[in-house]
Formats: sequence, C-alpha cells, structure tokens
Amino acid sequence: MERVRHFQEELEALQSRLLEMGGLAEERVRASVQGLVVRDTAFIDKVLRGDEPINELHIEIDNRCFMLLALHQPMATDLRAIVAAVKINTDLERVGDLAVNIAEAARRYASHPPVKKLIDIPQMGDIAQGMLRDALDSFVRRDTVLAQQVLNQDDILDALKTQVFRELLTYMLHDPTTVEPALDLILVSRHLERIGDHATNIAEDVIFMVSALDVRHQPGQHQ
Amino acid sequence: MSASIPIPSLAGIAARGAQPAIQGPPKVQAEALNFFYGETRALQDISINIQPNVVTAFIGPSGCGKSTFLRTMNRMNDIIPGTRVEGKLLIDGTDIYGHGIDVVSLRRRVGMVFQKSNPFPKSVFDNIAYGLRVNNMDGSRAEVEERVEQSLRQAALWDEVKDRLHDSALAMSGGQQQRLCIARALAVKPDILLMDEPASALDPIATQRIEELVYDLKKDYTIVIVTHNMQQAARVSDFTAFFWLGKLVEYDRTQKIFTNPGEKTTEDYVTGRFG
Repeated sequence: MERVRHFQEELEALQSRLLEMGGLAEERVRASVQGLVVRDTAFIDKVLRGDEPINELHIEIDNRCFMLLALHQPMATDLRAIVAAVKINTDLERVGDLAVNIAEAARRYASHPPVKKLIDIPQMGDIAQGMLRDALDSFVRRDTVLAQQVLNQDDILDALKTQVFRELLTYMLHDPTTVEPALDLILVSRHLERIGDHATNIAEDVIFMVSALDVRHQPGQHQ
Repeated sequence: MSASIPIPSLAGIAARGAQPAIQGPPKVQAEALNFFYGETRALQDISINIQPNVVTAFIGPSGCGKSTFLRTMNRMNDIIPGTRVEGKLLIDGTDIYGHGIDVVSLRRRVGMVFQKSNPFPKSVFDNIAYGLRVNNMDGSRAEVEERVEQSLRQAALWDEVKDRLHDSALAMSGGQQQRLCIARALAVKPDILLMDEPASALDPIATQRIEELVYDLKKDYTIVIVTHNMQQAARVSDFTAFFWLGKLVEYDRTQKIFTNPGEKTTEDYVTGRFG
C-alpha cells in the first residue's frame, strides 16, 4: 500500500533527530571518559557545560512523537516506531546525564594523585560507546541481529564493573588515602555500566519495533 | 524537510479564545454571520478569519452547521428557497453578499468538491474542458489541452488517465472520479477550494490519495474541508474549527485542537464523548 507521504517524511525527520541526539550522547560519553584519563580540567569543564543540546533535543523529540500520535493515529509498525522513539529518547537523555556524572567524578578525580593506571574503565567506555552506536545502527537499519548483539555485550560490561570494584577495594584497603579517588572511579564504572543498560533498553525497543517481540525481563536472558 | 508540521513548545500553548494568533490578512472573513433556513437559525454569529494557503477543517456532529457555513462561502445556499444570510462574509476584503456581486464569477474563484463525486456523463477530457468553456476560458485547442493536462496533474490523476482521456469519466473508480472533480474545479483557476466530505464515500487507499492531494494543493490554494472524520481533520489540516449547534465553539491550530483544546465541549467531542 502506498505510504502516506507527508507522515513518512515526519517519521524520517523524527528518526534523524533521534540519531543526532544519539550521536551527541555517544560523543559526550567518549569525552567524559577521555577527560578522566587525561586529567585535563579545562576539557572536563567543557564537557560539563555541554548538556544543553541534548536537553533541547529531548524536548523536541518528545513533542514530535506527541504530535505524530495525536495527528496521524499511527498503526502497527508506525505505532511501534513512535512508541520506541519516545523510550529511546528518554534513554539517550539519561545517557547524557550519566556523561555529566562521569565528568563530575573526573573533575574530582583530577584533584587527587592517580590511584592507578586506568585500563578497565577506558575499556568499559569503549564498550558502552560501541553498544550505544550499535543500538542506534540497529534502530536505523531495523536490524534485530545487531540489536541482539548489543544485548549480549551487556554481560561483559557488568563483569568489568565487578572487576573494577574488586580491584579498587584492594587499593582502598591497603591505602586509605585512595578511598576518595577510588570511590570516584567506582562511581564512573557504575555510570558506564548504566550507559550499557540504556543501550540495552534501546536494543530491546528496536526488537519490539521491528518484530513486535517483547524481550524485556526474561529469565536467563541478558539482564 | 520540506513538508513539516510545526513543532510547538507544548508549554507555550495556552488557551487564547476562539481565534488563533495569525499574521497577515485573512482570505475569508466572516463577521457575525447568521444563516436561516426559513425560521431556523442554522448559523449563529459566526466570526472567523480563514488564512490563505492553509487547510482549514470544519468538524462537528451532524447538523452543527459546518456544511451550511462552507456553502455560504460560494453562495451555494442561494439555490435553496427560503434561506437568508445576515452579517458579512468577506473574501479578500469584499463582502460576497454585497451589491453587484457576480455569483458565477464568485463560484469560479471559490471552487467546490462534493461528498459524492459528480462527473458529467462525458469523457475525462470533456469533463474538464466543459468548465473552461462555460467560463469562457477555453481559448485554442492547444491551450485547452494544456490546461486539461495541468489540472489532471495537479489532481494527481494524469498518469492514471493520460491514455484514456476520451473514455467516459463514469468508467473510472470512485476515487478517480473524485480526483477528476477536483481537477475540474482546479481547471478554472480558483483561489479557494471548498471540499464537503470529499473522501467519505471512498475506500481507505482512495481516501489517502485525496488527503495527500489536499496536503499538496495548499501551496497554491486556500482549502476549506468539511469532514465528520476527526482523524482526517487531524491529518490534513493546519487549522480546525469546531462547530456545535450552529455555533463556532473553537477555532485554532489543528495541533492545539487535538492535543489541548481550550473548550470543554471541544475536548468532549474530540475524545468521542459525544457527537
């Protein structure tokens, strides 16, 4: 059946704004982790100030979805796509907030001597960014196989978070002066793990959007 | 993005009475318009400014006056005995119920498409050429052919009928007949196109084509569409006027009417609580 052209144009515009937001969120995760690693406070401050574009997109995308639902009464795939967009929008905004949290921890961490050489946290940052990127790609390409790969990656991130915690616990027990900076590193690993959870949510929404399957909260699955 | 619904800030939308904030001179302006069928007052003090080059939808339950008001805009009600108009109805600033108004020329400028498609029992070509002839717009054969093609293209019908222009219009599908009637209305170069339930007798695909067409035509025409299908009003229109019991209850941007109407009666109607 011939698609309703101007509705289709609006859906495409919604998708492109959502991708723009995803790109911004991903970049902010990258920058916040970089700030932590290089200990550049001016750079970190720039990251801290840069949340506004994401917040503006958050509101704009919600309004677009609201109008599409109100004025076009979408059905089936289109309905699922718009509901998914509302949820993905929330996840991306939270990712932006978590990037701010990471930058705040990085700012505090930079005021202490480094606890250790950072290996696992940058790796967690790479994985979280990769999950976000793949989740958004799976959204664009309507690719449930790629979405499923995102779900599978979440376990790696969880395992790394546990490892970071155990390792830093050892440092803290040996040298109480490391407690404060080590806690910030633990917080960062927690934030990165949460970013992975948001990427997972997005991937689940993509699977729902494409195949109408709800894969959330299934025992023995990825979560 | 060429065709875009404006993205408002929801917080910025506040109830602001019966008229939306609009810039520029209106195309159609009703001032305290009353309409009577004998003793019955079918329209009560309608005041509204309709903007050029947008789609304005009239919605409301049966008998609310929306079609009556539409037909006042090209004086189509004049043919009904015992009817009477009070108040003013201005098109481009001229009162169309004033002295010296040529109704034939008014109806050329204000075209109309009806609920039931009504092609003449003639060929596709002649259906359009006929309107040109009666309006003395026919010119040379080549000019007529060009105008017929142009109108059929505007009505998104050309590709479907270009090889059978001389077949009977009555052999076409209902949706095609309706688009032919739109082409016929467009051929005489109106400014305003009035559509009275133009898709209510059509299947969903033909309806969708008409809706897309309406959306495209607003670049060049001022379109007023009466529909009892609220979803259709939401999809195609920029402004929506809600009529009830012969009164204009609320008139605003379509997105406001369907997301946050200012009047309780409008809210009850668009949420399906009555009507």
